[in-house]
Amino acid sequence: MNPTRLWAIARKEAIQLRRDPRSLIMAFLLPVALLLFFGYAISYDVNNIEMAVVDESGSERSRALVHAFESSGYFDIVEYPARYADVDDLLQRAKVRVVMVIPPRFDRELAAGRDAAVQLLLDGSDANTATIAQNYAAAIVIRYSSDVLLHARRFVLPVEAETRVWYNETLESRNMIVPGLVAVIMSIIAAMLTALTIAREWERGTMEQLAATPVHRLDVVIGKLLPYVGIGLFDVALAIVAGLLIFGVPLRGNILLLAGLTLLFLLGALSFGMFISAAVKSQVLATQVAIQTTYLPAILLSGFIFSISTMPIALRAVTYAVPARYYVTVTKGIFLKGVGPEVLWVEALAMIIFAAAGLTLAIRSFRKELE
Amino acid sequence: MGPAVSLVGLTRDFAELRAVDELTFDVVPGELFGIVGPDGAGKTTTLRMLAGVLRPTAGDALVAGVSIARNPEGVKHHIAYMSQRFGLYTDLTVRENIEFYADLYQIPRRERPPRLERLYAFSGLGPFEDRLAGQLSGGMKQKLGLCAALIHEPDILLLDEPTFGVDPISRRDLWLIIHEMVASGVTVIVSTAYLDEAERCDRVALFHKGRSEVVERPDVLQQRLHDQVLAVRTDQPRRARDLLRKHPAVRQAILFGDVVHVTLAESAADWPPARDHLTAHEIALLEERPIEPSLEDVFIDLVQGQEAGDA
Repeated sequence: MNPTRLWAIARKEAIQLRRDPRSLIMAFLLPVALLLFFGYAISYDVNNIEMAVVDESGSERSRALVHAFESSGYFDIVEYPARYADVDDLLQRAKVRVVMVIPPRFDRELAAGRDAAVQLLLDGSDANTATIAQNYAAAIVIRYSSDVLLHARRFVLPVEAETRVWYNETLESRNMIVPGLVAVIMSIIAAMLTALTIAREWERGTMEQLAATPVHRLDVVIGKLLPYVGIGLFDVALAIVAGLLIFGVPLRGNILLLAGLTLLFLLGALSFGMFISAAVKSQVLATQVAIQTTYLPAILLSGFIFSISTMPIALRAVTYAVPARYYVTVTKGIFLKGVGPEVLWVEALAMIIFAAAGLTLAIRSFRKELE
Repeated sequence: MGPAVSLVGLTRDFAELRAVDELTFDVVPGELFGIVGPDGAGKTTTLRMLAGVLRPTAGDALVAGVSIARNPEGVKHHIAYMSQRFGLYTDLTVRENIEFYADLYQIPRRERPPRLERLYAFSGLGPFEDRLAGQLSGGMKQKLGLCAALIHEPDILLLDEPTFGVDPISRRDLWLIIHEMVASGVTVIVSTAYLDEAERCDRVALFHKGRSEVVERPDVLQQRLHDQVLAVRTDQPRRARDLLRKHPAVRQAILFGDVVHVTLAESAADWPPARDHLTAHEIALLEERPIEPSLEDVFIDLVQGQEAGDA
């Protein structure tokens, strides 16, 4: 390696990047756009579920139950159909997802101290929302029932669970998604950025000229990597700021530790892209390979959305080969848990191995030679 | 002092195809050496191997005494190579491209201004130094390629069809630069498909199908056919050509307008029987005169001779 030549390559690459609108969009606009898009689109939080109530009882007790649903914040009662027959239409047109039917005898049964049934109809075509709505509704009904019991007989429930959620106190899925999202987006962007660099020079014929100079291939590979490392760090910083300001995600850990581990991750991901570029020598093919090998694994196998511990054992084994897996653990750990090197050293070690492997592959696959 | 470049059985195959076939010749230091031949003759493949960017299948070449087969990187300090396709960065300016190559060759900062001034002086690129290379004309691009190649003052300059697709004025300018390089002691190997350009070289190698048929001075090559080429004007040019082609005393007959260029088999003594053959077929000879053979005549003659040998 030679500092003058290394710097010449890095500077040339930076100038070319600066003058290429396509690269600039990919480097600076795409990550933010993806963050906003995914950040808003992916959410498991179910609030303001549209609900209809058929209150055939029309009593004080039935109104109290409806009020309990309304004041919970989870349900939005948008329709009060007069007849049970209208319910079908509301569910089919997806105007509401839940319907509660309170039968005429509801008040009488309760007053007599007997079981009083209410009917809940759920739109199961969105199973996830239906399950959550069912749980919320059940909780509200149980609460209402216990109120009725306590009111009548001064009854005390023998066991009550006092739950506290750690790390994400309000259980907002956004807090869990945004840190992981930073990791997923960077795995995709990083590989795509560098996938073009070497292939472009072969396609345009500039590599033949470069190959006839005494520049060492280490200078070429590392020199080309440098500007992208800078861009990658900037992107992550931007994503973190957006996460903090726009999505209100907490950052509890050490930001320098995050920066250091990000650097390790970027080295691996960028080198991998460059390896693809040097190996296939075609921009179109290199971009495709880069997307295929990073996009799905980063989203599905990194633990970003789908928990790795519940995967079948064969799939779980595969996740160890996905670099995003380690970086997702790092970002979630530092953002939400505020953990330090005592916990994240395993991930750091894995990312060092990936960076070394990526760099070795990139350097070995790049030859200053035509075929 | 040994040869600047020495090819020893240099060979390159691409799959089934033998692109370069056991080339053996030397290039003398300070020489302007031409590699001449049609497309697909192996000119580019040969220059790429000499530049150390393509491995030979067999054989070797010593460039400035360094083996291209065993130490291709070692060659690169001594040479400058300009590929046929424009190989500089279209999205960098003229100045940035030259500075980039100056950095790669580690030219000290203080040596750069005089070198740049000299390069700008003979290329005329000075006023365009802040223009993007992609916005230069074809001729200007080639001059920029030469400037970037010459910034490290190489001993040996390898140029692959530098005037390909370039307008006549720029072509003349490029040859002026090349001659200037040779005058300052640089060994230049230049490939071309234009035979008029080959005449500018000290010596040429005529390439055909990956083989170098002959390495000689252009004027000596032309002498080979001295007294053997005639321009013949008749009242029936096409018929005359067809008749001459079949005659044993004629090696070839080519029609240029209404004049037939006749290359005789051995010497001027071959002409009378051929001429009698025409008059016997009632073709009237309007004019006949010996002409100086062009390099083209020599080249076609060589190629046809070889193909007759192959058959």
